[in-house]
Amino acid sequence: MIPTQGKKQEDLLILLEEAQNKLGYLPEELMAELAKSLDMSISDVYGVATFYSFLSTKPQGRNVIRICKCLPCLLKNAQAIIESVERETGIKPGETAPDGKFSFELTNCIGACDEAPAMMLNNEVHVNLTPGKISQILKACK
Amino acid sequence: MPEKWIVLRNCGVIDPKRITTYLDRDGFKALKKALAEMPPEQIIEEIKVSGLRGRGGAGFPCGLKWELARKAQGDEKYVICNADEGEVGTFKDRYILERDPFTLIEAMAIAGYAIGAKRGYIYLRAEYHHLLDLLGKAISQAREKGFLDHFEIAIHEGAGSYICGEESALMESIEGKRGEVRYRPPFPPSRGLWGKPTIINNVETLMNIPQVILNGAHWFNQIGTERSKGTKVFSVSGDVKKPGVYELVLGSQLRELVMDLALAEKVKIIQVGGATGRIIPYDMIDTPLSFETILGAGAITVFDESRDIIDIVHRTIEFLAEECCGKCAPCREGTEVMAEILERFSCGEGVERDIGVLEELSNAMMLSSLCGLGQAAPNPVVDSLQYFRSAYESRIRKN
Repeated sequence: MIPTQGKKQEDLLILLEEAQNKLGYLPEELMAELAKSLDMSISDVYGVATFYSFLSTKPQGRNVIRICKCLPCLLKNAQAIIESVERETGIKPGETAPDGKFSFELTNCIGACDEAPAMMLNNEVHVNLTPGKISQILKACK
Repeated sequence: MPEKWIVLRNCGVIDPKRITTYLDRDGFKALKKALAEMPPEQIIEEIKVSGLRGRGGAGFPCGLKWELARKAQGDEKYVICNADEGEVGTFKDRYILERDPFTLIEAMAIAGYAIGAKRGYIYLRAEYHHLLDLLGKAISQAREKGFLDHFEIAIHEGAGSYICGEESALMESIEGKRGEVRYRPPFPPSRGLWGKPTIINNVETLMNIPQVILNGAHWFNQIGTERSKGTKVFSVSGDVKKPGVYELVLGSQLRELVMDLALAEKVKIIQVGGATGRIIPYDMIDTPLSFETILGAGAITVFDESRDIIDIVHRTIEFLAEECCGKCAPCREGTEVMAEILERFSCGEGVERDIGVLEELSNAMMLSSLCGLGQAAPNPVVDSLQYFRSAYESRIRKN
């Protein structure tokens, strides 16, 4: 699934990031395959895969919404943003929509506190959010 | 003390996509001067005399770090720029990278020459993926102009982990592993990345280097206080009218930053240094910002009179419990237990002995945790118990 020729154990995280980008998550078979080709145990690969919050071992939606839940965003009413995402997508934090369009997560500080409340949609950062803006942004998603 | 732009001098002035605009602002002159006129030892001496200390929070003397790495034995050495800005309320490095990637590249090239490294890494947090392209292009332009003939820079992207901003966890992550902290000693300048001598500097620390080389250590040394030289870039957010990035001479008062520049009103609480930083009440707003007093990485989160201290501390400890790497028991268990106790306080269900338990836990964690996260995790608890104790006492269940 991911080319591993000439790769070493030190490339594991980069390979997992690549797979995450390509497949949207890290299937068990992929982790087993990586373990084999890098000559490591499956549990070591799984240990790295589950350490980082941007890697997922479960299938994710085509669009991953990450709303910042740290204090600077909470002070700017991130709660209202969280609720508007729930309304728009019909799912709660930690869930993936049955049609596979969205996954919804709460995340820690994304470094956009000067323009709070903020979120990441896939790799894009969106700032100064309002419920109206959320509705627009999510409607544009495929 | 006034605002002063050393680190931010090019921000908003140059075009971060075009190296020529940087060259027009004395860009790469410091590197040329270093390579042509200064032996590595002299550069290190200059940085030492300047008094520059690490801007990532720990405040370690930069020149000393470089000297240790220079003197360490190793066939390979590495320079790492820590761009894993994950501290809650910090966004200054993002602001800098967005606006002036070239100064950072120049500084890393100087660092490489000074310690004898041929390779450098920028460890960029996953949340800053949108900067990857800009940074990559800035490196290519510097390479094309011949500024990186002696030194190669690679960008390593993180994958979502606060602890990877801790230097030993960061190196584990570059090595492709879980971002768990290492036992120290050995320290990175003697055994760092791949076991080789390594220096790890924050983005902002490095941003100072070209100016120190061009203007001299004594120029830099005259700015700031006795033990805090130069400026500091602050990220201000929360209950203020003008959130944003401000660069002030070290030793400036918190009041100047929060009230005069960021235009806060009815301030009740200020968190300085993010989740592992200090919490102080409004009546201490005349405290100067320096390594001698309070500073951290320069995150300033302001809370007005409508905010609840227990809620703030509870959220902060929950964050730390989530982001703890899990390697050492004091931090792993301590943050969880603290979060549980604070949860009870936040709904008025605290019990009499909870305050004593929080204090005892804080002491144990500060003494026995492996890294800065665990050692500083109790700060918000300790500070709030000192300045806002009555808020805890009023949430103890009556019966």
